[in-house]
Amino acid sequence: MQTISPVFAVGGGLLIGTAAALLLLLTGRIAGVSGMVATATRMTVAGTPWSQATAFIVGLPIGTALIALLVRTPEVIVTSSVPLLIIAGLLVGFGTRLGNGCTSGHGVCGIARLSPRSLAATAIFMASAAATVFILRHVIGG
Amino acid sequence: MRNLVPGMFVGVIFGAGLALSDMVNPARVQAFLDVAGAWDPALMYVMGAALVPSAIAYLIRRGMRRPLLGDRFSIPESRTLDRQLLVGAAMFGVGWGLVGFCPGPAVAGLVLGAWQPWLFVGAMLVGMALHRVFISNRAPAPASEGLSS
Repeated sequence: MQTISPVFAVGGGLLIGTAAALLLLLTGRIAGVSGMVATATRMTVAGTPWSQATAFIVGLPIGTALIALLVRTPEVIVTSSVPLLIIAGLLVGFGTRLGNGCTSGHGVCGIARLSPRSLAATAIFMASAAATVFILRHVIGG
Repeated sequence: MRNLVPGMFVGVIFGAGLALSDMVNPARVQAFLDVAGAWDPALMYVMGAALVPSAIAYLIRRGMRRPLLGDRFSIPESRTLDRQLLVGAAMFGVGWGLVGFCPGPAVAGLVLGAWQPWLFVGAMLVGMALHRVFISNRAPAPASEGLSS
């Protein structure tokens, strides 16, 4: 896998942050993807109105398709087995509901407003993710 | 339309950012998390850059009485570090590290021709449903539940 140009990384980050900024200033809502997914699939009624959450979730792959057509087509390199994908999906689904957020809601939006809950959550999921990769690649896989 | 248009507009920009920055690629994300291996700083640039407009918006918001298209701001006020938050974040991190998908990139990546995001998103929805069945239906909703991020 080639390294990606920092221009793309920073440009993409600015787009993500701009999206979070627009959602806040236009609608007063937090751009948290896990919460939006739960609302769109009617698993929670709290938070964002259903139509707005669903439109946001549908917009995500449309935005990705636009970049793939106009700028660059990102690769999706997955080395994980089917059981691992399922276990990871279950943990991410359950964990983001229990912890009220993921990389977007806690990471991008929560840190930006210096929420103590989001700062703690981000520190914890970064640490547990890095520890998981370490065990996967350097203890088991080593 | 008042909900649909801003939701879609913002979702498209968000999804474009995830694709441009290669965050839809789990190998890129795992390479960031692999601090003892061939570490790739891309995710750090992405998050650092994303925080700038996001933080500016929260500063602007302080001077606004209501959002431009809405009646009120819905921002979580809780500052309590409860066990659900800590355990949930830890579980999410393990799942994120295992394959390199988190919710946004997995959903955005559904259109890139790979089957793995579909399986992951399916399992993620089951995980959310299990939470609903075993946790939120059992206990009274915690104070933070009202404004989920």
